[in-house]
Amino acid sequence: MAKYKMHILCCGGTGCRASKSDEILENFKKIILEKNLDDEVQVIQTGCFGFCEKGPIVKILPDNTFYTEVTPEDALEIVEEHVIKGRKVKRLLYMDPDKKEHISDSKHMNFYKKQIRIALRNCGFINPENIEEYIARDGYMAIGKCLTEMTPEQVIAEIKLSGLRGRGGGGFPTGLKWEFASKYHDDQKYVVCNADEGDPGAFMDRSILEGDPHSVLEAMAICGYSIGANKGLIYIRAEYPLAIERLKIAIKQAKEYGLLGDNIFGTDFSFDITLRLGAGAFVCGEETALIHSMEGQRGEPTPKPPFPAESGFMKKPTNVNNVETFANIPVIINKGANWFNKIGTEKSKGTKVFALAGKINNVGLIEVPMGTTLREVIYEIGGGIKSGKEFKAVQTGGPSGGCLTKDFLDTPIDYDNLVAAGSMMGSGGMIVMDEDDCMVSIAKFYMEFIVEESCGKCVPCRLGTKRLYEILEKITRGNGTMEDLDLLKNLSKTVKATSLCGLGQTAPNPILSTLNNFYDEYVAHVRDKKCPAGQCRHLLKFEIDPEKCVGCTVCARNCPVNAITGTVKQPHTIDQEICIKCGACFQKCKFGAISKK
Amino acid sequence: MKRIKSLDDLKKLSKNAKNKFDLREKANDPDKVVQIKVAMATCGIASGAKETMDFLIEELDRQSIKAIVTQTGCMGYCYAEPTIEVTMPNNDPIVFGYVDTKKAKEIVEKYIKKNELVDGILPVNYETIDKQ
Ligand SMILES: Cc1cc2nc3c(=O)[nH]c(=O)nc-3n(C[C@H](O)[C@H](O)[C@H](O)COP(=O)(O)O)c2cc1C
Ligand code: SF4
Ligand code: SF4
Repeated sequence: MAKYKMHILCCGGTGCRASKSDEILENFKKIILEKNLDDEVQVIQTGCFGFCEKGPIVKILPDNTFYTEVTPEDALEIVEEHVIKGRKVKRLLYMDPDKKEHISDSKHMNFYKKQIRIALRNCGFINPENIEEYIARDGYMAIGKCLTEMTPEQVIAEIKLSGLRGRGGGGFPTGLKWEFASKYHDDQKYVVCNADEGDPGAFMDRSILEGDPHSVLEAMAICGYSIGANKGLIYIRAEYPLAIERLKIAIKQAKEYGLLGDNIFGTDFSFDITLRLGAGAFVCGEETALIHSMEGQRGEPTPKPPFPAESGFMKKPTNVNNVETFANIPVIINKGANWFNKIGTEKSKGTKVFALAGKINNVGLIEVPMGTTLREVIYEIGGGIKSGKEFKAVQTGGPSGGCLTKDFLDTPIDYDNLVAAGSMMGSGGMIVMDEDDCMVSIAKFYMEFIVEESCGKCVPCRLGTKRLYEILEKITRGNGTMEDLDLLKNLSKTVKATSLCGLGQTAPNPILSTLNNFYDEYVAHVRDKKCPAGQCRHLLKFEIDPEKCVGCTVCARNCPVNAITGTVKQPHTIDQEICIKCGACFQKCKFGAISKK
Repeated sequence: MKRIKSLDDLKKLSKNAKNKFDLREKANDPDKVVQIKVAMATCGIASGAKETMDFLIEELDRQSIKAIVTQTGCMGYCYAEPTIEVTMPNNDPIVFGYVDTKKAKEIVEKYIKKNELVDGILPVNYETIDKQ
């Protein structure tokens, strides 16, 4: 820096702020001023370092010293020792948990490796509307390598060796899928990219397409080469206008540069890609429904087999992969399967992109190696729970997944562990919930979504999910019985076992997993007519404390149904029979006399 | 515009493109410029990244500061949108969060013109695959 010799960076992330980082910042500023150092040293507040468990964090530049768990009182010592005398304050340095030694330079700290960006490698780095920026980062080198140095069989063998599994939810091995598709011969074959992304709260695929569209185009061409297809289709929902726009620009540029089209790199391989817009129905993300929708038919699933590899788009052999699956392909070709399969766990290789949402401080897009624990994701990368509240559960897998409780915080995240824990990887939505979230309501939310999105083709899903929703509604209104809980469970199992497609087969998962993990909460709703999280409006009880009520009449004037009676300057009362639990009185009372339980 | 007819063509173009962008970032010639990337994905745009980008282009132009302002995809810090990355000549890139037009003005006045840091830096907390 021109003027300042040294910078003190104080974390101003929400997590650190809760532990007094504001005071630390003020102390540093004050001390620097007092000691007349303000010409040389600048104090700066930064965003989250992603290491909130050890917060508050203070970092000193230019020497990259990283102090953890700093208190406001430590500021003086850091200034006197480190800034003035150039001696690091040992006791505040980060301690490496494995080696049990202090590490001062943050570049050598393990937690910086918590995120590795493979699928997101270019997102936020390149201008997605300029193909040359992609090319500058080795773009289209992988397809070049495949076409000039590898046979289709070798490409498939490489993908198989990499251990890559489908990121669209199912986790099917990608190399194997390509091999199946390569075995069917026909005059026309297709590569399809599934960009439907229907999970509520998910935006991983959208971000990849908006930030790095060429990586998907290149991967589709590689897939085409290895399975013997010369046409690619991207099925994308019309609600993603920016992603569509960037894809269109990317396809146009790739064609102009000769990287898509006829005789790519002067070989006899040709590949073309077109877009197909979907109306955005959840079921259309299911591959057979997606194919029907692209054919101009109703977006309804059909039983498998036949799998798309045998009879897909226009009854021709078709390979369907997810956006993120494709985004990994060029890296695997460029860096080699043996580079890729060193990352991750035994059966789940590479990384996974997650969209972190809900009651978490750092809502955002992250990419972590498979095998990272939920605790690392939530407390280190995600910055912890909002407003310092208690972690309750995290929902993964969207409407097909389930809730994981704090017992699973230290479970390494991979396909198999999540299934074993009663949830699933899904496409990567991760919704964090705190003590204020009612689990019955969460299950109801997903069921409502499913009832809307069920295509209605088969009875178990069409009627079963509706009944499931009604039972949940009954419970949240305080009318449920213990028998209803058994019914919920049994009906859930029936719907799972007998539905035609993946939507119905997984739809009851949010119910089953909450029943499993939060049975007490269901019982509280049914037996005690109470919602422990205080979210179910119908189970709330508003009462006026006669001790605190001064009889100002504000509540009575604001009650829409005239449930409150009382004379001026006398304690008022609420008639529970009439009260509709709207909460108006609770909000208006200036004396805190009204309680909500 | 060149049509790529062989892998060699691509390698050449890639090298040229690399040089071009490296120059932009680490130039030590007198033509060195400030490079700014604005995260323009749906989440960024929804929080006003477009206004920030327009403002930066106009403001830098008005003050005759040589800069290249480009758009890029989501940097992942959705909680701190709009986010921008500023690379001063001979310096590492720095990411700033919550950059509305007011913050953008402060960044121009302090960081870009005087090389002083300002509040709101977002530490990069992930590893890229380039190094590996
Ligand atoms: C109800 C339902 C919705 C689905 N939605 C998506 C989706 O939005 N995106 C996606 O890639 N896969 C989705 N799938 C999975 C696809 O059927 C298919 O398995 C996937 O696209 C294959 O790609 P992959 O092997 O690369 O994961 C969905 C499946 C079901 C049953
Ligand atoms: S399970 Fe549901 S979505 Fe799937 S075919 Fe049956 S009704 Fe349609
Ligand atoms: S909660 Fe609403 S309906 Fe019930 S007493 Fe208060 S204002 Fe009236």
